Amino acid sequence: MARTEIRISGLGGQGVILSGYIIGRAAAIFDTNFATMTQSFGPEARGSACSCQVILSEERVLYPYIRKPQILVVMSQEAYDKFAPELADDGILLIDSDLVKINGRHGSAVTFGIPATRFAEELGRKIVLNIIMIGFFTAMTGIVKEDAAREAILQSIPKGTEELNLKAFKRGLEYGKELRAKGTSKTKAASKPSRPAAKGKAAKASP
Amino acid sequence: MVPTDPQGVLTGAHFLDGDYACAEGAMAAGCRFFGGYPITPSTEVAERITQRFPMMNGIFIQMEDEMASMNAVLGAAWAGKKSMTCTSGPGFSLMMENLGLGVMLETPCVVVNVQRGGPSTGLPTLPGQADMMQARWGSHGDYEIIALSPNSPQESFDLMVDCFNLSERYRVPVLFMMDECVGHMTERVVIPSAENILVEERRYTADPPDKHLPYKADENLVPPMTPTGKGYRFHVTGLTHDERGYPVINADAQNKIVRRLVEKIRKNAADIIMLEEEQVAGADVVVLSYGISSRVVIPAVEKARSQGVKVGTMRLITVWPFPEERIREIAANVNSLVMVELNLGQVFLEMDRCARGQCKTFLVPHCGGWVHDPEDIYNVLMEAAK
Repeated sequence: MARTEIRISGLGGQGVILSGYIIGRAAAIFDTNFATMTQSFGPEARGSACSCQVILSEERVLYPYIRKPQILVVMSQEAYDKFAPELADDGILLIDSDLVKINGRHGSAVTFGIPATRFAEELGRKIVLNIIMIGFFTAMTGIVKEDAAREAILQSIPKGTEELNLKAFKRGLEYGKELRAKGTSKTKAASKPSRPAAKGKAAKASP
Repeated sequence: MVPTDPQGVLTGAHFLDGDYACAEGAMAAGCRFFGGYPITPSTEVAERITQRFPMMNGIFIQMEDEMASMNAVLGAAWAGKKSMTCTSGPGFSLMMENLGLGVMLETPCVVVNVQRGGPSTGLPTLPGQADMMQARWGSHGDYEIIALSPNSPQESFDLMVDCFNLSERYRVPVLFMMDECVGHMTERVVIPSAENILVEERRYTADPPDKHLPYKADENLVPPMTPTGKGYRFHVTGLTHDERGYPVINADAQNKIVRRLVEKIRKNAADIIMLEEEQVAGADVVVLSYGISSRVVIPAVEKARSQGVKVGTMRLITVWPFPEERIREIAANVNSLVMVELNLGQVFLEMDRCARGQCKTFLVPHCGGWVHDPEDIYNVLMEAAK
């Protein structure tokens, strides 16, 4: 895996930072890659669009910040409006399809949507929206292994919530796999294979 | 050195930010006292300590300000604990007077500065490396200090252990000069088992109380410490003092003590200085850096090498004392020396001084708030190679 830049964004309280932490932890602790996570500590971290950045690589990460992410996860409209323009042309955009209306700002990046907040509510706790997103992320990008993601979730959540969180992960993962199997997406993603950076690792999830 | 107390060691592979890793390094080194006042971007160091200290009978005190924090740290060290504080620019300024007291009393302790942009309150949440000269000269009077700079969370852990060991060995406050980028960056951190973490224990006098001179140095120019609560009566003062620790206000006493405070570091510089050099032999250009800048330098160096330029790198893990002799040696054999740092020329001045005109010197400046664009570094490397 070459250097892959990921931004996860949403509103403060949606578990944005934890999502980045879990993805980084999955790659760096439960898989064999390097991961560097940074986060914003500005006014944006206190209420409005909140974001964290994760860089995954087979080699040590040198430049610590993302510049043109290949993967953007957005869980709010504001986050989409703010961060979509920086997404790489061959990138992947993952959205909560109930909360985000795409309007072309993301250019030619492939878009996949999941009603994650609704699914979380169906599971009984809106709070697991971010874990559903991680499941979806795992299925759609293939950049972290399923087992690694599962392990990282279990190590990063409060004791006693394992069952709920694993259900949430599974929900997102399976929805993503079905989407891939159908070869459909909200936009022109259908015929496009996984982006190059996810090659190999994506094999399992590829249709 | 001896294996550390396992109570403070969280052995295993973790995904930690630089601040948390720094706190873990301190606890692994045996630190059991923390006195401080929270300030971004160093607060997570204190936060982690508060979470973990109860499990190892550590003492955490949030003091009323940074002046008091520094005093608490010195007091705890004299009471027998390995002690530390952490802060950022504005708090570092407030600590300066009592840092000098720590130097004068020869008090082992560690002060962490997670550097942000300055002057004044500057950029609380963004990186800088502009407190480097303050670290060297910030307190009044003549003295030498030790300062280390990590470039990853893993190194924040590893070097904190070194900081405590150096402070015990040389009885001097050691400054851990992090930057916000490393402090708030989360990466894999592997913490070894306690038997693989070697620590310098406090060296106490072997003399009986009636024969003991608290400031009589050994051949290494460092006096052993005097224990408290063991029947020793002694006096410590920031005033110029003799071997008994009593004030002596004259030039002769001043000459003796200040010279020793300086020489115990200078004469042991080879033991203190840690450098990471790569492809320096045969290089036309050698680029120096420390902290986060040392990572951003590498893509620029690789690009310059791909253009046929012979570039070597030197990373200053120890920034103070400065590797004076090594720089002079390199300067005699290269066309140019380049310094990359997040300020407008601080450690650069030392590099330039040590080069003594033997080669050209270049600075890649940056005011802080972000890291260098590797392209800017590359451009200077190409100019330096001309």
